[in-house]
Amino acid sequence: MGISKRSLRAGLDIGSTTIKMAVTDAGGRMISSMYERHYGLVREKAVQFLQFLQKEYRGQDVAIAVSGSAGMGLAEKLSFPFVQEVHATRVAANQLSETVDVAIELGGEDAKIIFFGGHPDARMNGTCAGGTGAFIDQMASLLHMTPEEMNKAAKEKNRIYTIASRCGVFAKSDIQPLLNQGARKSDLSASIFQAVVNQTVAGLAQGRAIKGNVLYLGGPLTFLSELRKAFDETLGVSGICPENSLYFVAMGTASCATEATDLSEAIKRLSDNTLQPAFHALPPLFQNEEEYEAFQSRHSLAKITQKSFEECNNHFFLGVDAGSTTIKFALVNQYGELIDSKYEQNNGNPVKKAQSYLQELYRRYPGINIYGGCATGYGEELIKNAFKFDYGIVETVAHFISARRFDPNVDFILDIGGQDMKCMKIQNGAIDNIYLNEACSSGCGSFLQSFASALDYPVDEFSKKGLLAKKPVDLGSRCTVFMNSSVKQAQKDGAGIDDISAGLSISIVKNAIYKVIRPGGLGGLGKHIVVQGGTFYNDAVLRALELELGVHVTRPDIAGLMGAYGAALYACEQYDETQETAGVISRDEVNSFACEVSTTRCNKCTNACSLTINTFSDGRKYVSGNRCEKAGSGRHGGDKQNLYAYKRKRVEHLGVLKGHKDTIGIPLGLNMYELLPFWATFFHKLEIDVVLPPISNRETYLKGQDSIPSDTVCYPAKLMHGHVQALIDKGVKNIFYPCMSYHMEDKRGDNCFNCPVVAYYPEVLNANMSAITDINFIHGFIGLHKKRHLPKRLWRLLNPIFERITLPQVKAAANAAYSAYAEYNRNVRQEAKKILRKAKHHKTPVILLAGRPYHIDPEINHGIDQLAMQLGASVISEDSIKIREQSEITLGIFNQWSFHNRLYEAAHYAATHDNIYFVQLVSFGCGCDAITTDECREILEAKGKMYCQIKIDEIENLGAARIRLRSMLAAAGEHKGARSGEESEKAKRKTHFYERDEAQPYYPNP
Amino acid sequence: MKRSHTILIPEMLPIHFEFIHQALEDEGYQIEMLHNRGPQIIHTGLRYIHNDICYPALLVLGQFIDALQSGKYDIDKTALLFIQTGGGCRASNYIHLYRKGLQNAGFGNVPIIGISVNGFEKNPGFKLSIDIIRKCGCGLVYGDLLMLLQHQIRPYEAVKGETDARVQAWIKKIRQMMHRGKGLTLAWLKKLNREIVKDFERIPCVARERTKVGVVGEIYMKYAPLGNNDLVLFLEGNECECMVPGIMAYALYCVNMMIERIHIYGGNRLVAAVVGILLWHMGRMEQTIIDAVAGTKFTAPSSFRQIRELTNGVIDYGVTMGEGWMLPGEILDLSELGYPNIVCTQPFGCMPNHIVGRGVMSKVCERDPRVNAVAVDYDPGAARVNQENRIKLMLATARSNA
Repeated sequence: MGISKRSLRAGLDIGSTTIKMAVTDAGGRMISSMYERHYGLVREKAVQFLQFLQKEYRGQDVAIAVSGSAGMGLAEKLSFPFVQEVHATRVAANQLSETVDVAIELGGEDAKIIFFGGHPDARMNGTCAGGTGAFIDQMASLLHMTPEEMNKAAKEKNRIYTIASRCGVFAKSDIQPLLNQGARKSDLSASIFQAVVNQTVAGLAQGRAIKGNVLYLGGPLTFLSELRKAFDETLGVSGICPENSLYFVAMGTASCATEATDLSEAIKRLSDNTLQPAFHALPPLFQNEEEYEAFQSRHSLAKITQKSFEECNNHFFLGVDAGSTTIKFALVNQYGELIDSKYEQNNGNPVKKAQSYLQELYRRYPGINIYGGCATGYGEELIKNAFKFDYGIVETVAHFISARRFDPNVDFILDIGGQDMKCMKIQNGAIDNIYLNEACSSGCGSFLQSFASALDYPVDEFSKKGLLAKKPVDLGSRCTVFMNSSVKQAQKDGAGIDDISAGLSISIVKNAIYKVIRPGGLGGLGKHIVVQGGTFYNDAVLRALELELGVHVTRPDIAGLMGAYGAALYACEQYDETQETAGVISRDEVNSFACEVSTTRCNKCTNACSLTINTFSDGRKYVSGNRCEKAGSGRHGGDKQNLYAYKRKRVEHLGVLKGHKDTIGIPLGLNMYELLPFWATFFHKLEIDVVLPPISNRETYLKGQDSIPSDTVCYPAKLMHGHVQALIDKGVKNIFYPCMSYHMEDKRGDNCFNCPVVAYYPEVLNANMSAITDINFIHGFIGLHKKRHLPKRLWRLLNPIFERITLPQVKAAANAAYSAYAEYNRNVRQEAKKILRKAKHHKTPVILLAGRPYHIDPEINHGIDQLAMQLGASVISEDSIKIREQSEITLGIFNQWSFHNRLYEAAHYAATHDNIYFVQLVSFGCGCDAITTDECREILEAKGKMYCQIKIDEIENLGAARIRLRSMLAAAGEHKGARSGEESEKAKRKTHFYERDEAQPYYPNP
Repeated sequence: MKRSHTILIPEMLPIHFEFIHQALEDEGYQIEMLHNRGPQIIHTGLRYIHNDICYPALLVLGQFIDALQSGKYDIDKTALLFIQTGGGCRASNYIHLYRKGLQNAGFGNVPIIGISVNGFEKNPGFKLSIDIIRKCGCGLVYGDLLMLLQHQIRPYEAVKGETDARVQAWIKKIRQMMHRGKGLTLAWLKKLNREIVKDFERIPCVARERTKVGVVGEIYMKYAPLGNNDLVLFLEGNECECMVPGIMAYALYCVNMMIERIHIYGGNRLVAAVVGILLWHMGRMEQTIIDAVAGTKFTAPSSFRQIRELTNGVIDYGVTMGEGWMLPGEILDLSELGYPNIVCTQPFGCMPNHIVGRGVMSKVCERDPRVNAVAVDYDPGAARVNQENRIKLMLATARSNA
């Protein structure tokens, strides 16, 4: 059955979130269209659309084609032609009157750029890339706005914050602290749009310039004028958003339809519900209702003692847990019994919520005496300062204190909150090890919430549906972006909402166990496990955990309040009976309390941190966003005990020009950080000046982002594009960046390889940066590990450009360079010794920040070394440790990379020395670290020391790193106390206050 | 180990491994190829290895442990064997990671044998004899030819299933010959290869319009159906004909690497000369495939030397980690052979692929504008629908280019 010229064509475009249809007449004009969100009910919506066609165009032939990622299965089932959506866009754009050079289309979960002119090409975002409609939706709900409101607000922007947009999880960790610090929503909205633009350009342009006539397509670009503006400004174009931009794919699809379709037959087949589910199903959470009831009654035992205000003698302590999305309050008496509590969303303004809670307390209980206050969580500092609390503690400690109340023998705590996941191993009454989720693996509470709302359910109802699901979907245990597509796939295969809900709960648990904790076997977790965090109110998650671990766990009835409760207990423990004054702000002060937020840039050093200043009504100020102590206080801790700063200074110093006629540029990144002392001497001997790009910052990255071909490569590598661009902008004519499969021979490991990215990145720059063709980019292969062969090789590379150079000169220069390199390393080690000596003398902790040479770059480490300094620690680096007796270290891996070999030595050193804390810096996407992290952990744990890992990427914010470092230092302190067996004064007092219940467990573990 | 243990080998190349199976069996080893599949393999892998490790490593370990847990084998009398590559990428660490994983899974006593070109692992109880090497070498040649013909005929066969049946028949025949010590000389390779081609020419075909697609990528993902979700079958189901470059070229690349290294970093010239002779001999083996196919209706593969020539100026021969310069070379070569539409399979986060896959793709397209490539990431969480959608985009472009 062919199609006659006069008949109609319809294109169905079924995306990840919406379904669209365009009906075109014989002339290709669109005569009707439909647009709806499908909430996962693809089949049902498709039937509605087809019924509309049947009704509206009765008696006419309609040819149908289907497009879109969620349409593939449907097309197969109905044997409709399937048109790939990018192809459909291309077809539709070719029908426009004006010529189009580039089309940018943002959809629900994908982003595409299509190049028309020259060599036509189309790019889609990879599996790990946000910056799409779903991303904007997610951010909007974080700001408690609709996308349209964001668009309106963005018009009033003052400044743009740096927000990572690789995926929603990354961005959230940037935005949430900004919100908590009081950043304006208009600025945030504009920053989010800018992040989407950056993501699209960096992820998809891949070196190809976006210019000429640019077309904006898809929902977000149609509805959000400010987003279009951000694209215009970044790209330097004035793009157009054509009429019917929403239906572009649908129209292109329609014109690919060839055969008239039997509509009623298609509807019949779609309405047929006997579709066999083909997805992989897991065993159900509960076999039947009875099992669920038994489970409920078992867990109802873990109850806290509650007392009314009147029953107590007016001796209270307040704990506040200002989390990333919520704020929690707990008021206890001196026996640790709960008097009052509250759990609410912070709506981005925790200060206001805390103020109204305090007002409420003073109103409800006139004459109340609060003897101590303690804050914890993300907003700890802000709350503590605003309301004059005595104490602030890191949340891991707070959680431990409260968990101990429910099970004094607790040996493992698992806390899953809205944004983060914390696991603590307890040994000998102290925190022994901490695991926090990485920025990229959060499968936390808010994740369940966003899925629920995407499928149009309230979260409670959504998770309840999963409890008795017969066939939970197997969704794996990866990050949310992957989960989105897995859910999509499951829906395609016919999974119901209940199966998906149960599957999501199970995957949260699997994420926690296999991604965050990663115990070798499951027995290692512990016998007395306490779970907390709001997510565990969800019975499905709780059950999934018990099933996965095969043990019963304790879920306190105040699971969501444990942080606040722990903080209150802490204030109570610290209370000194001689203390007279109240531990928090008074009633009058609360009522007159106000807080003004302003933003500025610190100009006290080159970091130029963006500061958020909270000014309270009594004139006090609280400054945040600063990397060092300079801002606000004017005080400066100094860089004396910071080896990272020392190394940075050394390297910067090498960039001083000597006034030679010839110059050569060296991009300062990756292995060049380590090798600069070598190359600077080498070229200096040859009377060539070395030109360095400026120290990296965010602008460096943005400068080169459009030529990055692989969006999943590590951030340090991505920065190289910016460095080379910066050198070219400086007018440098020769750039030296050789490929090196091997690093220096140091006879320390099994081999001296560089990692593939370090080894060959010059090839990538050469292949992708168009600006490089105008200069001499020297990127041939050399081997520093072969001293004898090297000069010849170098001479061959350099001679074509600097003809005056002779081979003997190169030989002499290389010899000098080897000595300079050795001297630099010696100096670094000497400096480390000095730092260690001083730290030992002052009994201050030393943090061994173990990374790779490029981790001293302030744009890569985001100021972690300074953060460590702020916490009162000294900082040394991995290359400052050299162990004489290498044979002492037994490794379970093949030790073939130079830079990584040092990590093992450093880990061994930290494991065998007191007061040195090993913190490994890991770049997101670093493949080698999948091997090194486990190995370092094993080295440390074998000696009973804590291992701490910080994953860093584009994220500016150090919130998570701060928690981690603080918890580690706090836990280490406690651990030491516990090991030495001494009972401190405060610990004695503790028992005094708790005497009423004598630390009775509320819930005996089965 | 010969008598006492059953050696389990994870499948990578379904045809080639039949011959490796035979080679080891003839030497007295008891061999079993692992064909276990299913989502529990990924789960098991995830459980016992770092999540961010390469997908191939995760699958192989998953397959091992899944097999050991199945109860089919006597744990005390089972050993594991896999083939690993060396060099600066993570792959040289697989055996250590597997050992750790097996330990954690409670199979710490099961011996694991890693066979590599460089031989950097000592494997007590297992020895690569000359016979094994000869049989494996020839097996790779026969395997490459059978795979090539299978891919070129199956999309057009008149009777469904005939090609696969013919492939199986030849596998059986060659295995029997190998067992008798036949078919292992250069003369045999020449003769038998021609016979094979003639036999396949006789399969009745129907003219069908097919898009010609080349498959390149990380070695495991490129070949193993378990890893790439039966990529070739998927493509054939979408009206394509595939060309997957043979493993002989990769073997030549690995050997050639040693010469390249001496050339760049200095070293013993004598070693280079000896390796040169080996390279020459392997080149002659590879040539028997080309000679057998040339002049027939089938497309003959290019020689290693030709591929190397094509790569000149696109990427330096010093890039030798992972698939190295060979990957862009194969893309350019496939395009020359009439397969300009490329699926580049890579494990998510594969480090060498940042360089030789996506990294130099723009340069490859610049050199040969016909190239229409899509890079597909594989990992334990990636949904199949996304992978397929990306491939379909490449196919749509291919068809509108045509």
